[in-house]
Amino acid sequence: MRLLISAALTTLAASSSLASEATISIDVPQLDVAEYHKPYVAMWVEQADGGKITNLAVWYDVNHKKNEGTKWLKDVRQWWRRTGRELALPVDGLSSPTRAPGTHQIKFDSASKPLEGLTPGKYQLVIEAAREVGGRELLKIPFEWPPKAPATGEAKGERELGTVTLKLTP
Amino acid sequence: MTNHLKLALIAATVSLLAPPAQAHRAWLLPSATVLSGSDLWVTVDGAISNDLFYFEHNPLPLDKLAIEGPDGKAVTPENLAKGRFRSTVDFKLAQPGTYKLSLTHQGLFASYKLDGENKRWRGKPDELAKAIPAKATDVKVTENRSRIETFVTSGKPSSDTLKPTGTGLEMIPVTHPNNLAVGEKATFRLVLDGKPAGNVAVEIVPGGIRYRDTLNDSKATTDETGTFSITFPEPGYYWMKASVQDDKSTIKDAQQRRSTYITTVEVLPQ
Repeated sequence: MRLLISAALTTLAASSSLASEATISIDVPQLDVAEYHKPYVAMWVEQADGGKITNLAVWYDVNHKKNEGTKWLKDVRQWWRRTGRELALPVDGLSSPTRAPGTHQIKFDSASKPLEGLTPGKYQLVIEAAREVGGRELLKIPFEWPPKAPATGEAKGERELGTVTLKLTP
Repeated sequence: MTNHLKLALIAATVSLLAPPAQAHRAWLLPSATVLSGSDLWVTVDGAISNDLFYFEHNPLPLDKLAIEGPDGKAVTPENLAKGRFRSTVDFKLAQPGTYKLSLTHQGLFASYKLDGENKRWRGKPDELAKAIPAKATDVKVTENRSRIETFVTSGKPSSDTLKPTGTGLEMIPVTHPNNLAVGEKATFRLVLDGKPAGNVAVEIVPGGIRYRDTLNDSKATTDETGTFSITFPEPGYYWMKASVQDDKSTIKDAQQRRSTYITTVEVLPQ
């Protein structure tokens, strides 16, 4: 916890100059199941009315031979339907390997892709996880962009995702 | 009396009047309708049964199944097999887009009197002349046309394969058939010989009948443009059927024509 706070403070200090920042922290839960596979996770930003989508990341089995990891991308159902199926995967800067249980942080800022050019307005961060021979879970965190003051949003998963936090700094 | 029993009775009664095949449901069932990645395969089952989608009556022969790829070219079916209760076939999705699987049938049903006895005959149009004796009276011939379809998409849905052929009763999806989700309104159009089929009843039955007491079927009726809409209440495979009877048979001796369209669509959860 202390670590997290200091990380957030550093973020705050570093970002005071130019760009607004969004830090996403995702808990991938440790699951006591007979057969465990690391989840496929997709995260994106969509307009509050569900309109335009900005992809942030997709974690899947990118190292599988002959790109066969893409076979299960359709199980990240909502993401696949909204945007995944439009893409030729892997996509640079978007695709990356699945992550092990634990807390993972990724940072985005308004000065670079994919948030560069995100018009001011109401949005939601959507995180969807699907696990082979397991379940699926989708979490949403509403936010406003660009942030006028530091803000934090949180959503708690019950099965395939732990706590997801979105920290915004102007 | 349970709805199930009632239905069975109705089905039994109907089967006395009409050709027996109509008491059952014919269907195609793809192993998946929404796929991602490359080197993909889908296996398709075909059966005629009471319940959906269970194999308990007869196989639906798939040797004439047409598979149209996203580019309009025919895809070669593989591993064709016919079992006691079902037929099965595999095909490879070598390119992204939407594949249309269709099984069409054209047959004749005739009833006539011979020496005071009622006779019936079923067969192909070119067999009709030989099949009915010259001294038969009260000859009544009905043409039966049916089209059973399903759709499968790899990657992004495409629409080239959704065009109708212009013969018999067909469905033109307005909402893509591989983009159906619970709680969202889906719209389809029926056309007969390529023209809007208005005022046609469509029967919609969700799969999984074995695990519930009621059929949970619903009816939709097409408007004058042939259009009907449904908001699917639950995820799963759905079976839809529509039938039209008219006197527009192209078979010279047939007074009547019945055109049937059947499709299986998969509805995904939100």
